Amino acid sequence: MGLSAAAPLWGPLGLLLTVALHPALSLRSARAWAPRHHRDYCVLGAGPAGLQMAYFLQRAGRDYVVFERAPGPGSFFTRFPRHRKLLSINKRYTGKANAEFNLRHDWNSLLSHDPQLLFRHYSSAYFPDAGDMVRYLRDFADKLGLPVLYNTTIAHVTLNKDRRAWNGHYFILTDQKGQAYQCSVLLVATGLSVPNQVDFPGSEYVDGYESVSVDPEDFVGQNVLILGRGNSAFETAENILGVTNFIHMLSRSRVRLSWATHYVGDLRAINNGLLDTYQLKSLDGLLESDLTDLAIVKDRQGKFHITLKFFLEENNQSADAITLPQDESDNFAMRVAYDRVIRCLGWNFNFSIFSKSLRLSSGGEFSKKYPLVRASYESKGSRGLFVLGTASHSVDYRKSAGGFIHGFRYTVRAVHRLLEQRHHDVPWPSTQHPITQLASAIIRRVNEASGLYQMFSVLADVVLLKENATAFEYLEEFPMRMLAQLESITGRQARHGLFVINMEYGKNFSGPDKDVFFYDRSVGHTEDAWQSNFLHPVIYYYRHLPTEQEVRFRPADWPLPRPTAIHHIVEDFLTDWTAPVGHILPLRRFLENCLDTDLRSFYAESCFLFALTRQKLPPFCQQGYLRTQGLMGTESLRQHGVESGLLRDYAAVGWRPGDSGQQPGSQGPGRQPLAPGPPIQHFDGNKEEL
Amino acid sequence: MSDFSTNYISIYFSALLFNEVKYINTLGDLQNIENALKGKTNIAFSYVRAIGTPEHRAVMEAAFVYGTTYQFVLTTEIAILESIGTEDIEYAHFYFFHCKPVSDLTQQCRRTLMEQPLTTLNIHRFIKTMEAPLLTEVAEDPQQVSTVHLQLGLPLVFIVSRQATYEADRTTAEWVAWRLLGKAGVLLLLRDSLEVDIPEHANVIFKRAEEGMPVEFLVLHDIDLIISRVESNTHMKETQEYEDNDMEGPDMDIQDDEVAETVYRDRKRQLPLELTVELTEETFNATVTASDSLVLFYAGWQAVSMAFLQSYVDVAVKLKGTSTLLLTRVNCADWSYVCTKQNVTDFPVVKMYKEGENPVSYAGMLGTEELLKFIQLNRISCPVNITSVQGAEEFLSGELYKDLITYSRVSVLGLFSPTMTTAKEEFTEAGKHLKGCVITGVYSEEDVLILSDKHAVTLPALLLARHQEGKIESIPLANAHVQDIVQIITNALLETFVSIFCNMDPEITVENLPTYLRLKKPLLILFSDGSINPQHKKAILTLVKEKHLDSLTPCWLNIKNTPVGRGILQVYFDALPPLPLLVVVNLHSGGQVFAFPSDQAVSEQNLLLWLKKVEAGLESPITILPAQEWKPPLPAYDFLSMMDAAASQHPPKKIPECMKETDVQENDGEQPEEKSAIRNEPTGTLRIKHWSRSNWFGEAKKSFAYDNKEL
Repeated sequence: MGLSAAAPLWGPLGLLLTVALHPALSLRSARAWAPRHHRDYCVLGAGPAGLQMAYFLQRAGRDYVVFERAPGPGSFFTRFPRHRKLLSINKRYTGKANAEFNLRHDWNSLLSHDPQLLFRHYSSAYFPDAGDMVRYLRDFADKLGLPVLYNTTIAHVTLNKDRRAWNGHYFILTDQKGQAYQCSVLLVATGLSVPNQVDFPGSEYVDGYESVSVDPEDFVGQNVLILGRGNSAFETAENILGVTNFIHMLSRSRVRLSWATHYVGDLRAINNGLLDTYQLKSLDGLLESDLTDLAIVKDRQGKFHITLKFFLEENNQSADAITLPQDESDNFAMRVAYDRVIRCLGWNFNFSIFSKSLRLSSGGEFSKKYPLVRASYESKGSRGLFVLGTASHSVDYRKSAGGFIHGFRYTVRAVHRLLEQRHHDVPWPSTQHPITQLASAIIRRVNEASGLYQMFSVLADVVLLKENATAFEYLEEFPMRMLAQLESITGRQARHGLFVINMEYGKNFSGPDKDVFFYDRSVGHTEDAWQSNFLHPVIYYYRHLPTEQEVRFRPADWPLPRPTAIHHIVEDFLTDWTAPVGHILPLRRFLENCLDTDLRSFYAESCFLFALTRQKLPPFCQQGYLRTQGLMGTESLRQHGVESGLLRDYAAVGWRPGDSGQQPGSQGPGRQPLAPGPPIQHFDGNKEEL
Repeated sequence: MSDFSTNYISIYFSALLFNEVKYINTLGDLQNIENALKGKTNIAFSYVRAIGTPEHRAVMEAAFVYGTTYQFVLTTEIAILESIGTEDIEYAHFYFFHCKPVSDLTQQCRRTLMEQPLTTLNIHRFIKTMEAPLLTEVAEDPQQVSTVHLQLGLPLVFIVSRQATYEADRTTAEWVAWRLLGKAGVLLLLRDSLEVDIPEHANVIFKRAEEGMPVEFLVLHDIDLIISRVESNTHMKETQEYEDNDMEGPDMDIQDDEVAETVYRDRKRQLPLELTVELTEETFNATVTASDSLVLFYAGWQAVSMAFLQSYVDVAVKLKGTSTLLLTRVNCADWSYVCTKQNVTDFPVVKMYKEGENPVSYAGMLGTEELLKFIQLNRISCPVNITSVQGAEEFLSGELYKDLITYSRVSVLGLFSPTMTTAKEEFTEAGKHLKGCVITGVYSEEDVLILSDKHAVTLPALLLARHQEGKIESIPLANAHVQDIVQIITNALLETFVSIFCNMDPEITVENLPTYLRLKKPLLILFSDGSINPQHKKAILTLVKEKHLDSLTPCWLNIKNTPVGRGILQVYFDALPPLPLLVVVNLHSGGQVFAFPSDQAVSEQNLLLWLKKVEAGLESPITILPAQEWKPPLPAYDFLSMMDAAASQHPPKKIPECMKETDVQENDGEQPEEKSAIRNEPTGTLRIKHWSRSNWFGEAKKSFAYDNKEL
């Protein structure tokens, strides 16, 4: 690993700044006089997201390095989840050969060109063991030769302004030995590593999820209270459910079942055994209360009593004398004494290593545990700092899969594509097609694309139309809320209108209290497609690229601003959207009406007829037949065409010279609009009929 | 009570109905009335937001009619409504309390909420259904049964019962009846004593209120299904009205793509696919490197691909056992990454893989004959290396590749002295470009001068042999680059089509028309039914020779070979004169069609005179080809408007006129015809309609009702 290729650009001003801001570090910083290592890209953390980014940087031949404080990759998974069972499915069989499609149901693999590096080669369990994930990540890093500096703890990150830098500043990373690294772009993939703690009187008596015993023997015959209502809480409960007297679970909000919210981070059915026993009148139960109002009191027997912070503020400090809720309300639910209280309240991002100069702040009201980033995953505070992986989940928290491997592997790729365009003039990858392939291109993607499927309503495909809509460019998996900035991010032009292809659940279908099993929940009619409930493709058409304002002030519950026109492909039980009449035909009609053209396909014979009887040809004949690539068809297809009335059998037409009954434009009784040719009449053809 | 002073009419009514209607302010008042009337009288309890509202008036009018039969109770206190457990309180609510049947005073009166808006008519209907018996037992043909419900426009639900299960069925039926009170009539049908045939497993019979509708026999194992059935029916009735209005519009669910429709109709035919090798991600590379292969990249769901797959299989049938070329195919719907890696992003694509060469994409017509030609011409290398004068002579005479001459009417031989390496390379490269279109050869032996002398040309040069005419042309090639050479040969190919009308060679067909159109000249077409009159032939030939036809592309169309020519003539002529017919079609500028007068003899003079007049603008065209753009054949569903409509609670307009910018068709004349087209649709195309409107699909509409409830 050629770290010697360093560029010492350490200005004295920058050092002073660091020293001034962090006197405690000044001793170690002094060592930074040694030549600093420079890298274009620095990746923090060799977990799944860090390795995924490393893979793309490696493939693009970029100058980069990965820092990892542990001796191997994926250190989180060496300890967590505590009970070792991953909730991400490892579906090895789908009945389909399409590898892209199969990634829709593989929640653990990272993206790579090596089919051996698929997770199904590492575990046969549907919910695999966390140890297999550690093994997988190690192989991923080793086989692909990703340069990771293990045992390197970045203790401090700061900013050094420099006009020559890509972003006007360098990121200065200092490791535990005082070694400094200068990076043009910083990619933070450190995950959520700090256990979330709620401070209340008595919180010192509480066992943390990160350290509590996982041996059920330790809980035999105990009364257990678990704080929290996420998967870790239920996972902990599940493990000891059979040996405790009872388990009570306490949290501020009501339980959110993932099958109702369609969010994989909510309580998964595999963990919800306690809900079952609770509702079937066993002794276990769920309670709702704000934890910050709480206090825990330990009595002489070492048992814990729940009371309110409010009561502690009264003078009595002796444990026995403290007022308990049941003193006033003798049927208080938690009046029983507990042997154990366990905290399972999730995790927070570690903000502590980032200097204030980075202006890396925490997310909004509902995502405090995440750093605040734009929809492009770039920090709002400093350009060139991107947050990847679990830590980037503020973008789609409780909505999509961006906090999980099966989601962020795609968002990492999107960030990489953005960087390639921004710093290396490599435009966002795209394919060019004639307009006649538009419906095909969309149908192909909605049927196989895994990024669209996993990162629904976050990443979307974009079709950029060329002038006169004779051709288009297809871009995959663009962060849709950055739509207004599409041209600068992708380096592609959107001057002639665009389509955005997204996957969505029905507007009122997902939510913690929704009944997702109601009768007739699925829509079968193409004309009711907009009421589809399950995940289905939605296509937005814009005549012009929306502005930033339009994206920001889009209608509530809409992932994008109001389009010129919208199309829903009706939900499908098999997620197979290839039905000729149910799926493809309505899509074609939508595209035709947006583009104001006829996108039907025609056999060569029809094109031949048009070529000699009309001045203009439909796109399919122009782009195929006229370029000597017409579709000849076979006799049996011709027969079907004649039977359907869409084709005419000219050989069988009675040939009566002088027959004036055959009016131009009235070929065949009443079948004109569906017979080859648009419903257009000749100037002189319809006089007699009118 | 201040409301009273604002509305005199209400005061008047109130005074009149003082005894009939009791105003209450508290829940206690309601309970007192309820208790007092148990076992005696039913109660009509209503909440209105304010006195004097239209809802209030509707209640008062109902009280005027029914006030002696039921105790009317009215409140404007929303709290009362909340305390009896009503949700979604808006303007007004109307409840019927079934107190009369209550014998035990500790029991509560059952309550039924009217779900329709508070209007006089709705209250009237609602009360009528409350008066009707909850459950009626019948033992007659359900088709004949009629109750007050049908008259009120409500459906009937029959619970089918047998003697053996009568008790249980009656309980079920009562339970259903309570749930459907005010929405449908419920009857218990005893099938044992019935003479009418009822399907063995049917346990529910559904009868719509509309007259003449046949009853539906259903098998429903869940009471909820019966309820949702009725509710969805109600909903459908609501939507029926605007559906009817739109029946005039075209049915967008009917396939109007000829390729998609024919492929769909042919889907059940078994193709002899085994004659082509299906490649996968694992086998692709090994196969195309191990043997010369033709690969068809297609997508199983794409109609054009599947139509071409049939031709491809036909080629395999024709080549069976005769070719060393391996015919293979890749379904990109399964092996997406293989196709992407081969740079295939559109479908279908055919590529030829030969050892040591870059794959060649097939760019010809997607049909059996053309593909066969491509394959045959690819058997020989391009260009072929000729090593003897004898061989060169055979090459030029067509002897060398006798069997290929049918595929390539021209053979091209490049002549180079052994030292002209650059020129030879350029030619070789051009040969590769033209691979599959024309036979090319190269000769660069020491004795090349024998050939160049014979054909009187300086090296480097091309010899172009036109086999049908037995002619050999020579073209010098000094300093020509690849593209120049390709151009020279392509032009020469076109000339063979065009310049030798004397052989009546330039017959236009479906396959070759695009080549003619490239010349961008008006076409002079002789339409004939089979052979051509020698007199006509002679006349045209003379004009060609005298260069009078240089501004035109003379060609002929044999109706026997190209029957679609009839369709073309039908467009050109109002009344069709007898064949043969001579027309000039000015496709590229103006679209005028001129017909040679059928009363004139086709002689040189007449023809020339006519052409001069056409050129001078003295002839009037028999028709002008339409220049309309190809617009969308039908509108699309306007989901945006439907979503807007749902958001504003108006019934959605299902079939939009069209999207605003695109709806104005240029020609109004087509509209009536479009409609007649839909009405006359052949039964085959109705499949979608029938299928999707069938009963279990109609159920899909139910979800709409649920959505509304949530809003």
